[in-house]
Amino acid sequence: MKIECTINGEKRKLETEGSTPLLWVLRDELGLKGTKFGCGKAACGACTVHVNGTAIRSCSYPIQAAQQAEIRTIEGLGNESALHAVQQAWQEEIVPQCGYCQPGFMMAAAALIDRIPDPTDEDIDQNITNICRCGTYYRMRKAIHRAVAIQQHQKETASENSTL
Amino acid sequence: MKRRKFLVGSAIGVGVILGSGYLSRKVWRRYLAGVANTIDLPYLKPAPPHLWFEIKANNEIILHCPKVEMGQGAFTGLAQIAADELDVRVDQMQVVHATTDTDNIDEFSTGGSTSISSLWQPLRELAATMREMLKNEAAKQHNLPIKDLSTSEGMIRHGEQQLTYGEIAASVETWTVPKTPPLKDPKSYQWVGKPIPRVDLLEKVTGSPIYGMDAEMPDMLFGAIARPDKVDAELGTVDTAEADKMPGVVKIVQEKDFVGVIAHSYTEAENAKNALNITWKTNRAWQSSDILEMIQVGKGSPQEIQKEGRADRLLDSSSEGLMQAEYSSPIGAHAQLEPNGAVAYVEKDKATVIISTQVVKLTRSEVAKRLGMKKEQVNIIPSFLGGGFGRRLHTPHAAEIAVLSRAVGRPVKCFYNRQEEFQNDTFRPPTHHVLKAKLSDNKEIIALEHHVSSGDVMFGSPLFPGIAEHILGADLGAWRGGMIQYSGIPNHRAVSWRVKLPFATSWWRSLGLLANTFAIESFMDELAHRAGKDPVAFRLAHINDSEAGLRLKAVIQAAAEKAKWGQALEEGHAMGFACSTDVNTPVAQVAEISISNDKIKVHKVTCAIDPGLVINPDQVRAQCEGAIIMGMSAAMFEEMEVVDNSLQPIIYGPYRMAQMRDAPKEIDVVLLENAQTPGAVGEPPLGPIGAAIANAVFALTGQRLRSMPLQPA
Ligand code: FES
Ligand code: FES
Repeated sequence: MKIECTINGEKRKLETEGSTPLLWVLRDELGLKGTKFGCGKAACGACTVHVNGTAIRSCSYPIQAAQQAEIRTIEGLGNESALHAVQQAWQEEIVPQCGYCQPGFMMAAAALIDRIPDPTDEDIDQNITNICRCGTYYRMRKAIHRAVAIQQHQKETASENSTL
Repeated sequence: MKRRKFLVGSAIGVGVILGSGYLSRKVWRRYLAGVANTIDLPYLKPAPPHLWFEIKANNEIILHCPKVEMGQGAFTGLAQIAADELDVRVDQMQVVHATTDTDNIDEFSTGGSTSISSLWQPLRELAATMREMLKNEAAKQHNLPIKDLSTSEGMIRHGEQQLTYGEIAASVETWTVPKTPPLKDPKSYQWVGKPIPRVDLLEKVTGSPIYGMDAEMPDMLFGAIARPDKVDAELGTVDTAEADKMPGVVKIVQEKDFVGVIAHSYTEAENAKNALNITWKTNRAWQSSDILEMIQVGKGSPQEIQKEGRADRLLDSSSEGLMQAEYSSPIGAHAQLEPNGAVAYVEKDKATVIISTQVVKLTRSEVAKRLGMKKEQVNIIPSFLGGGFGRRLHTPHAAEIAVLSRAVGRPVKCFYNRQEEFQNDTFRPPTHHVLKAKLSDNKEIIALEHHVSSGDVMFGSPLFPGIAEHILGADLGAWRGGMIQYSGIPNHRAVSWRVKLPFATSWWRSLGLLANTFAIESFMDELAHRAGKDPVAFRLAHINDSEAGLRLKAVIQAAAEKAKWGQALEEGHAMGFACSTDVNTPVAQVAEISISNDKIKVHKVTCAIDPGLVINPDQVRAQCEGAIIMGMSAAMFEEMEVVDNSLQPIIYGPYRMAQMRDAPKEIDVVLLENAQTPGAVGEPPLGPIGAAIANAVFALTGQRLRSMPLQPA
């Protein structure tokens, strides 16, 4: 079937089997390999992307459900020269080990702080349910709190600049 | 230059040890066990420097690293080590995986916490020699006296004049390898010892495609190989009628030992695989209860691995005041996030495989053998690993995927799905432990004995020749951490019981260390309480002042002090203590926990570790944090079962692992450096955590939890 959607800000027209999981469209058809396969059953979160601003697990999300949707993947979260606050925080806390789970976590964390701008530890525990085998949770928690501070700072500088 | 043996490692050859004919078989096996317990694996036969360092005209230095990066930080630590002797900045270097056709091949594997320790000496020598080679060339090319040349930051300087390494290297056709120059004093190093960010950090926060799963080749097809969902199963009959008709199928490949389909997309290949009608030949319907029965101490074949004094006689069942307890641990899965797989392309006279593997050399041999090619015709391109943990110390699927590619003459990518990963894992074997001890009148341990019964870890691994079984007699992976480290106990003994299980068991980060330390250190806690002594003081009192003993005592004291051991805690909280030494790296941990609704909550872990010289303090901390969380996950939650001949569960969630909500909010790592050279880091901090938590549960509730996963009643 024909699917029209926006991926990382770019309009896309796709022709594909409607039941194909979004994950494989992203990875194998569009070459966006930052979104990872871990389980294929919505159980690990490695494949987390944003659909209309909400974190979803793309391995279990048929592409037909993305009709007209805004999709964001790790490639669209930020880039090397302009990292998203979450990526910057991840970098400053030196979170990744093997790194395989990290795009999924960063997408989940970015969606979380969009929804809850200053999440408590409790909020983090309840909302970040991805799996990291390397056990980087301890630094991730610190990084999420740091991302909030970075974002806060960015907003302040932005508003200072606009009042100048 | 022709390849030649360059630097000789400082290995203690097994041959030398076997030469000690005056020792009886039993005694020299024990002796060997003792040696194996403490030595690091050396790095064998390093390739010459120019196969490690590629120097680009723009003066970028590429380190072709034969150790793979699986999260442990090897790329970063090795870059730091090399930078100091090569006289370059780390940011001038790029670290990449050495492909096998560069000829810079690790003879063995990436594993055993040896990436840094085994290369500390050879890599410095290689880097220093490379620097010397560049100076020689500069002298030759510009007719300068070599003694007047100095190097720094990738430059060769002569008075005011300076040349980049890149400029020099550009016109070299054949390198001449000089004698290894003297190394600098490690105290003068600029990079070693600094907590610099990991060199792969930016790639890993931007989601660059760097794993085996992300690899592609032009014109690539997708494969899917059927894997049994049964224990101890062999391929029986295959009916492909249904699968043949599935959309997208290009070919079905049937071999004696496996069947696979090749299709145009991942989904098509998976669907067609599921349409195969396969009967698996099995021997019997195994259940967990069978495994539990088999694994009991006394059922398998025993081998004494440690003996000091007369522990066996002092602890016979009739002896008065005998204390005895049994412990156990379950089957554990690796559950690494990136599934196993590869992209392979077999052409007429060569084959290329991109793969996440810990065993590059072995994989090349297996692919070559299966294809009937020479090793030199096969190029293995290692990628970043989405977790290793020992799961990738054998990657025979590379050869299978190569067979699929050969069948269609195109590149094929193929990987396990998660159920296949869980059911075809090379598991951490279940264990059973019997501990016995006796206290003296003044409440000191007179004798302590540990029996561990385990499935195989090292035995059966293609990394070791079958002969190792006969030489060693006991599986050093299974008894890892199983020796008594309390040198002050006059009579102590350890026995390893080998059990052959009907499913594959093998290397799992830290091997037997987690289970063995859980058993011994929990029992030490029992003994301390029986003796009416503080568990920390009790441990200290049973360690001699040997070098190893002093290092162990130092971490015990450091952890206790840092955690404020003995201080009053919040209501409902308690601390537990445990320690262990693994491959010369002593670690002590204090866990602070509470319990609500019968669930343990770990609030804080304090960890003191002495890995010797620290190359990157931040990465050592990261390894400790990760090992603590992986260890507590295994100790508190994880368990595989055998249900009607099938290994269960088959997915994350039901295979319960630590998540964000379970991770301690505080992990406090104290680094001691009481040795001149870097030691093991990746595995040792996994040892004490299970016992530290269980001991805290006892302190809080008086309940002694003797089996993992820990479940308070
Ligand atoms: S791959 Fe989607 S949740 Fe695991
Ligand atoms: S960093 Fe390896 S799984 Fe999370």
